[in-house]
Amino acid sequence: MNTLKNTLRDLARYPSAVFGIAVIFVLLGVAVYALVTIPYSEAVRLWRGGEEVWYRNPKYAAPAWFNSFSKTKQPISFTASTRDGGITKAVIPQGQDISSIEMTYVFEYAYDAPPQELILYFNTVFEQKFPFVSIVWRTPDGREIKIVNMTVDRRTTYRFSQDPKLQKYLKTDQVMEALFRDPKSETPTPLKGQYQLLITATTFENASDIDAEFVLHGNLYGLAGTDKYRRDLFLPLLYGTPIALAFGLLAALGTAFLTMIIAAIGTWYGSWVDELIQRITEINLVLPFLAILIMIGTFYSRSIWLMLGATILLSIFGGSIKTYRAVFLQVKEAGYIEAARTYGASDLRIIFNYLIPRMIPLLIPTLVSSVPGFVFLEASLAVLGLGDPVLPTWGKVINDAFTDGALYQGRYYWVLEPAVLLMFTGLGFAMLGFALDRIFNPRLRDI
Amino acid sequence: MSAESLTATAESSPIPKKSFANSAFARLARYTAVRFFTMAITVTVGVYLTILIANMGGYVDTIMRNEIRDGVTQAILASPTYRSLSQEAKQELIQKKIAAEEARIGLDKPFAIRSLIYLRNGLTLNLGRALYMTSDHGSKEVRLILLERLPATLLLTGTTELFLFFGSVFIALSLSRKYGSWFDKLTIALSPTSAAPPWFYGIFFILIFAAVLKILPFGGLVDSPSPDNPFDYGLSVLKHLILPAMSVIVSSIFLSIYNWRTFFLIFSSEDYVEVARAKGLPSRDVERRYILRPTLPTIITNFALLVITLWTGFTITETVFVWPGLGITLYRAIGAYDTPVIVGSTIIYAYLLAITVFLLDFVYALVDPRVKVGAGGSQ
Repeated sequence: MNTLKNTLRDLARYPSAVFGIAVIFVLLGVAVYALVTIPYSEAVRLWRGGEEVWYRNPKYAAPAWFNSFSKTKQPISFTASTRDGGITKAVIPQGQDISSIEMTYVFEYAYDAPPQELILYFNTVFEQKFPFVSIVWRTPDGREIKIVNMTVDRRTTYRFSQDPKLQKYLKTDQVMEALFRDPKSETPTPLKGQYQLLITATTFENASDIDAEFVLHGNLYGLAGTDKYRRDLFLPLLYGTPIALAFGLLAALGTAFLTMIIAAIGTWYGSWVDELIQRITEINLVLPFLAILIMIGTFYSRSIWLMLGATILLSIFGGSIKTYRAVFLQVKEAGYIEAARTYGASDLRIIFNYLIPRMIPLLIPTLVSSVPGFVFLEASLAVLGLGDPVLPTWGKVINDAFTDGALYQGRYYWVLEPAVLLMFTGLGFAMLGFALDRIFNPRLRDI
Repeated sequence: MSAESLTATAESSPIPKKSFANSAFARLARYTAVRFFTMAITVTVGVYLTILIANMGGYVDTIMRNEIRDGVTQAILASPTYRSLSQEAKQELIQKKIAAEEARIGLDKPFAIRSLIYLRNGLTLNLGRALYMTSDHGSKEVRLILLERLPATLLLTGTTELFLFFGSVFIALSLSRKYGSWFDKLTIALSPTSAAPPWFYGIFFILIFAAVLKILPFGGLVDSPSPDNPFDYGLSVLKHLILPAMSVIVSSIFLSIYNWRTFFLIFSSEDYVEVARAKGLPSRDVERRYILRPTLPTIITNFALLVITLWTGFTITETVFVWPGLGITLYRAIGAYDTPVIVGSTIIYAYLLAITVFLLDFVYALVDPRVKVGAGGSQ
C-alpha cells in the first residue's frame, strides 16, 4: 500500500503522467458510458443498418459545430414528426367519414446556404380509399408556394427536389435554392426567418389516419457528422472507445504476463528449456507479424477476438523476453530464493510466488507503454480492410474514409475525428508509461 | 539476440594467439558463417510455420492443385498431338494427367510429407500462380509479381532506415552534449509520439502537404505520365518519396533519439570517459572514441529490433501512400482474396526480415571488437 502511495506521489511530479492518467480516466468513463447506453447488439445493429435506420441523416455531413468556426453558416440537419409532436396535427371531421387533417410545421432557418434536400415521409392507415394531401410552403416574407397535391399510399416518400412538376412550376431544377431564395437579393442567398410547411390531408374513411415526418438534409449533422452511408459517426467514435481499450489492454496484459511467465520458467529450469525459448524468440523475430495476422484474417475469421488471440500469441516471444531473462538470472541467485529452495518449495511455487512478484515493478511501465501499440494495431488491421466485420471501431471509420477518398474530397473531419481519438489514447498511455519507466528505473531518474 | 551469447562467450575467452586461424579476419568469417547458418535454420522454421498456418484451411493445397490444373489443361489444349481428340476424351485425359501429376508432386501423401514439399517450394520461392493478380508484364507467377515490387519497397525502407539510424545517432550525441537544453527537453516531451505508427502520421502529412498546401503529391511512385529522361524521373520519384519516408521517420525518430541519448548520457559518466576528458582530449574525439565506439554494438542491436517492427509499419504506409511496393500488393491481394499472393508475401517478408537481421548482425560483427579479438564464432 505504501509503495502504491509513493508511486502516486512520484507520478504527480510529472505533468505528462498526470495528463496521461487524466486521458485514461476520461477514456474509461466514455467506454463505460458507451457500454451502458448502447448495448452491444444495438451498436452492431445500428452500425450495420442501412437506409431504413439512417434515412434521416444526410450523406457526408460535417459536424454541426463547424458553424462556430465559420463565417458562412451551413444548414444543420433536423427532423420533425407528428408522432413526437414536432409537427402540430389537428383533425377536423367533415362528416360522411371524411375528415381533414391539418399539419403545420414552423421552423427557423438562419443559414447562409440552402439545404441539400427536404423530404416528407407519410405513414397512413386506411382500408381502401387513399388519403389525399396538399403541401404548401410559406416563406418568411409571406409568399406561398404550392408544392404538390397527391394521394398517398401506406408509406410514401416525397422528395422536394426530385419532383419534376415542382421543378417546372419553379422554372428551375435547383428546387432548394428556389424555395429558400431571397427574391430581393441579386445573388442566390437564402432568406432567413420563419418558414412554414402546411400539410392538409383529407382522409375518406372513419379509421383512416395520417402521420408525417419532415426531414431537412443540411450540410452539417450532429456532433461528429455522417459518412457515405448516412451513419452518424458519433456511434463508432463513442463505441470504438471500449473496443480500442479492451483490445489494447487485453493484448498488453496477456502479452506482458505470458512473456514474463515464460521468461521465468526458462531461467528457472535453465538448460534446454531456456535454450528452446531463446531459439523460439529468434524465430519469432523473423516471422512477419502483420503478414501472418493478415493471413489469419483473410483465411479464417476477421473477428476481433481471434485477432486479439493471434496478436498475443505472436507477441509473447518478443524482444522483452531478453530483458526479463536478464533480470531473472540475477534474481535467481538471490538469498531468499536459496532459502525457499532449502525449505523445499516446489519449482512452480518459486516461479509464481518468489520470482514473478519481484518483476512486477519492471513490468508495469512496459505494460502501460505497450498499450498504444496494440490500440494502433487494431486500427492498422482495420485500415487494411481486416477490421471486425460487425463492430464499429475507430480504424473502421478511417478505412471507410480512405476507401472513399475523403482526403481528396476535402472531408477532413471523417479522417481526423477517429485519428484524434487514436492519438489521445496513444499519447495518454505512452506518457504515463514514460513517467512510470522513470520512476521504476532509478537509473533514468536523473536523466 | 546475438549480443548476449557473445558477451557470455567473449568474457570466458582466453587471450588469443597471433596465428592465421585466430586472426581477426578468420574470426569475422567464422562468426558470419555461424550467423548465416543459424539464420538459414531460423528462416526455414519461419517459412514452415507460415505454411502450417496457411494450410490449416487447406489453402496451400488449393494453390498447388490450381497450378497443376492450369498447367495440365493448357499443355493438353495447346499440344498438336491431342488436337484430333474429342472434347470428352480431352477432358478425360486432363483428369488423368492431373491425377498423375498430383501423385508425382505428392499431393496424395499425408500432410507431414506434403508440408515438407511446400517448405521446399517456399524456400526456393516457388510460390505458385496468382488467382487474379498479374505482374506488370502480365505474368501470373506470384514470385514475379512480388519480386517486381521489391525495388520500390527497398527504396523506401532503405532510405528511411539510413536516415533514421544516422539521424538519431547524431542528434542523440549532440543532445547528450547539451543535456538539459531546450531542444533536449523538447525531444523528451515528443518521444511519446512514437506510440503512433507511420501510416497515422502519413494521414496528417497527406492532409497538410497534399490536400491543403498542395505542394507534394498524395501518393504513388512517379508523376503520371512518367518523365522520359532518367534525371527528371529520379527527381519525380524523390518528390513522391518525401511524404512516406517522412512519416516513417517522424513516427520513430523521437523515441530512438530519446533512448540513445539516455544511453550516451549513462556512458559518458563512465570513469574512462572522465579520464579522457581530464587528459584534455577534444570533445569530438572523446565522443567518437570513448562514447560512440563502445556503445555502437548495443545501438545496432537496438536498431535491428526497431527495423523489425518497422517492416510492419511499411506495409500500411505503402497502402496509404499508394507506393507500389510489397505492402500495397499484399493489401490488394487481401481485397482480391488472392490466397497465393498472400502466402507468397508472407514468405517474402520472412526472407526480408531474416536478411535485415543478418545484415545488421554482420555490421555488428564489424563494430564489436569482441568478435574480432575474442572467441565470438565458437558458439
